[in-house]
Amino acid sequence: MPIQQANWSPYDNNGGTCVAIAGSDYCVIAADTRMSTGYSILTRDYSKIIQLAEKSVMASSGFQADVRALQKVLEARHLTYQHQHNKQMSCPAMAQLLSNTLYYKRFFPYYSFNVLGGLDNEGKGCVFTYDAVGSYERVGYSSQGSGSTLIMPFLDNQLKSPSPLLLPAKDAVTPLSESEAVDLVKTCFASATERDIYTGDKLEILVLNATGVHREYMELRKD
Amino acid sequence: MFRNQYDTDVTTWSPAGRLFQVEYAMEAVKQGSAAIGLRSKTHVVLASVNKANSELSSHQKKIFKVDDHIGVAIAGLTADGRVLSRYMRSECINYSYSYESKLPVGRLVVQLADKAQVCTQRSWKRPYGVGLLVGGLDESGAHLYYNCPSGNYFEYQAFAIGSRSQAAKTYMERKFETFAESSRENLIKDALFALRETLQGEKLTSTICTVAVVGIGEAFHILDKETVQALINEFEIAGEEAPANEAAPEDQGGDAQPGGDVQPGAADQGPADEGVAPMDI
Repeated sequence: MPIQQANWSPYDNNGGTCVAIAGSDYCVIAADTRMSTGYSILTRDYSKIIQLAEKSVMASSGFQADVRALQKVLEARHLTYQHQHNKQMSCPAMAQLLSNTLYYKRFFPYYSFNVLGGLDNEGKGCVFTYDAVGSYERVGYSSQGSGSTLIMPFLDNQLKSPSPLLLPAKDAVTPLSESEAVDLVKTCFASATERDIYTGDKLEILVLNATGVHREYMELRKD
Repeated sequence: MFRNQYDTDVTTWSPAGRLFQVEYAMEAVKQGSAAIGLRSKTHVVLASVNKANSELSSHQKKIFKVDDHIGVAIAGLTADGRVLSRYMRSECINYSYSYESKLPVGRLVVQLADKAQVCTQRSWKRPYGVGLLVGGLDESGAHLYYNCPSGNYFEYQAFAIGSRSQAAKTYMERKFETFAESSRENLIKDALFALRETLQGEKLTSTICTVAVVGIGEAFHILDKETVQALINEFEIAGEEAPANEAAPEDQGGDAQPGGDVQPGAADQGPADEGVAPMDI
């Protein structure tokens, strides 16, 4: 009898793309709403974004069942934090919690590619980008998911400081205004939708600033 | 209750069929400062007297938020109360995680009662020395329960525990039939009146009491000092006339601001999010 290999995988990839951009006093987090499996579409209207705390919003692409499980764990942990500390978790604190939660399952990972956006303790925009096992970094902008290979170089072109040798890239925040950042995000997704089959249908954009959270939608190509 | 040869262990019955350690634990509840609860069809109000040990110290926390839809007021050994509140919070979080819905109040109190019962049947444990007034909302309406150290629990329209609670109970016994249809404002006022009865002449101010509300469309939250003081001033100015005697339809629906007496912007109505930290308890 020839050697048999396992052909069942606990994972599936539901596709989709997420982007986040940090501004001086705002943060934009966006993701498409298409959920796929293989070459089929499961639904055109599934949100990949969740608000974990007052100033922390997470967008995740990958295997949505794992994404949902991860969201629930973080929500429960945030409730416990609030009971113990009598306040909401800050975005940097949530960033560390997300990293620890992902690494906790280092040997059976959450198949979830995350981008965490929000406002830091000084009110400045912050974006944290992750891999599936919790390696993370604070950055000024990031994208994850099936369209990230198309979007990331474009964001680098538009947002990356010209010369890291002259201007320190430590200040991880873009000089764009809020509306400019939102327009940039819309442009990113319109382009990614053209060439990535897993990205499209509708774009969900969340803007976090001192006045609160604002949600916006934009139609994308449905093919 | 006098010392006798059957009261050393909780696992020893007396010849009369009593567990004295459990009864002594209930005495501890009676020694704590007063806590009261009352409910209508749509709201539950919990209130407690907060006596600080000295002028220099802060007072003990006696009312805890357990979840958006449940809160608890305690009397007795507050350390035991704190530990049980942590347990209740954990149970609510786990239930929400598993079922993505709110833990019904009746289920929580049963779990709490079973936990208390365990301590009445283990030789290496002691009963919890705290009485809990659990107030909350679920699909079947507003509920108020009392959990005692014995492991028993009862549902109430209104109840009071702790020292001089009988005075509050007497007041509420006269009024309880009006509570079911009472407006939110009148319910809070009745709570303050009942609380005042336990002070026996001492002036009721917002510095020595804590009031918390939960209702339909209103997450459990503790009212801030200014709001409570404004309500106290309101009924004292009105010549100490009990609020249920005023025109009952006046504040129907519960969300109307009573006149201009309450400070504008006070977190007296609706969700607690305006200007108050979400878990500010």
